[in-house]
Amino acid sequence: MRVRFWGTRGSIPVAMTSAEVKRKLVTALVAAAGRGLDTPGKARAFVEWELDFSVSHTFGGNSSCVQIETGGPDYVVCDLGSGARGLGNTVLATGGPRGHRFHVFMSHLHWDHIMGFPFFMPAYLPGNHVTIYGCHERLEEAFRRQNAAPSFPVDFSRMEARIEFVRLEPERDYEIAGLRVRAKRQHHGGDSYGYRLERDGKVVVYSTDSEHKQDDPEEVRAFVEFFREADLVIFDAQYSLADAISVKEDWGHSSNVVGVEMCQLARARRLCLFHHEPIFDDERIAALLAETRRLEEITRRDHRVEVHAAYDGLELTL
Amino acid sequence: MDMSLISRRFADTTVVFPEGRIDHATAEQFKTALAPHLATCAAGRDRLVIDMTGVEYISSVGLRVLMLASKQAKAQGCALAVCGLQPVVREIFEISRFNLVLQVFPTLREALAALSTEALAAFEAA
Repeated sequence: MRVRFWGTRGSIPVAMTSAEVKRKLVTALVAAAGRGLDTPGKARAFVEWELDFSVSHTFGGNSSCVQIETGGPDYVVCDLGSGARGLGNTVLATGGPRGHRFHVFMSHLHWDHIMGFPFFMPAYLPGNHVTIYGCHERLEEAFRRQNAAPSFPVDFSRMEARIEFVRLEPERDYEIAGLRVRAKRQHHGGDSYGYRLERDGKVVVYSTDSEHKQDDPEEVRAFVEFFREADLVIFDAQYSLADAISVKEDWGHSSNVVGVEMCQLARARRLCLFHHEPIFDDERIAALLAETRRLEEITRRDHRVEVHAAYDGLELTL
Repeated sequence: MDMSLISRRFADTTVVFPEGRIDHATAEQFKTALAPHLATCAAGRDRLVIDMTGVEYISSVGLRVLMLASKQAKAQGCALAVCGLQPVVREIFEISRFNLVLQVFPTLREALAALSTEALAAFEAA
């Protein structure tokens, strides 16, 4: 199983500013001084292996969209934030305009998780088939409403792919696209749902927009079971723990600290920090990743959790 | 962890000394043990210091107890401080940003010096 991240930013898409680009260039040029990088190959190797990630790359700014490659013919996707635009364009560019089958699992219906669908080109082309699964009663309404006046110029009815909406019940196993899928209700305004996706002994948990209040031991235990021995937990780590339980309490998000602890308790193999705070620049997210790895190290007992920070374009093979 | 929570009194300030790991298994006991000390803590009357010298680890649930204690103390007009963080606990405070939302001091002496002249004098005399 392979997981590909198309959108990883929380709340609203962001773009690097020209000042940030300039800062990266200046840092890179100073680091390259006297290195004799006189060919593209040398320069590429320097960028790839010697510069810090936050200088040579960007975590990106698209909102939530994650693809799960199962090895089967269908596309499996979690959420349709602005990252879905890139996914759709890539599918068409590499696979032609028709005959694509998509299964999309929606965490919830907030704007940043649905806003990519009006720009998801396969949905406009006949011969494609999109099934959108979710646990919210107003699943279909949310999508139709954003693809309609006065919010958008092209009405939902102009989408010529076959589009279906399927309501799922949480805490129940389904077999979809070769995966065993189970949804779990999470704390978030209007509720959100995490998904545990399993195939051939590999497990991915997609758990974003989820506040962990930690005031109910039974609830903690239930989430630990949901994450149990997952190969990858994609985890909402938008806030610091201090913010999440003080000034941003009830805003519906969690922290890197809780992510590490839950994965340790669940003996999950990998934790991927996700739904990054939109005000964070690349340096700040890289620092957050370094701190989280350090936290995992100093609190580790008999189980190691590999920690990643999601970025637009990241691929993880499980 | 001994959740009877040893305490000492220095003039107008109570100092409590938790020990061991404050995690999912013990945080609720810690909260219960802290409650009576918080209850007597009020503006201009009592102050509370949590000396963490004996704490080897604190999880998010334990930090949540400290946050709730801090909120209650603030509502009662009571000064609350934390001191004596071991290196691992100090890093957990920094990574969780608790060092930014609680009053944290390196030593008990420095915490008392910041909170109460009378308490510091009693501590020095003890």
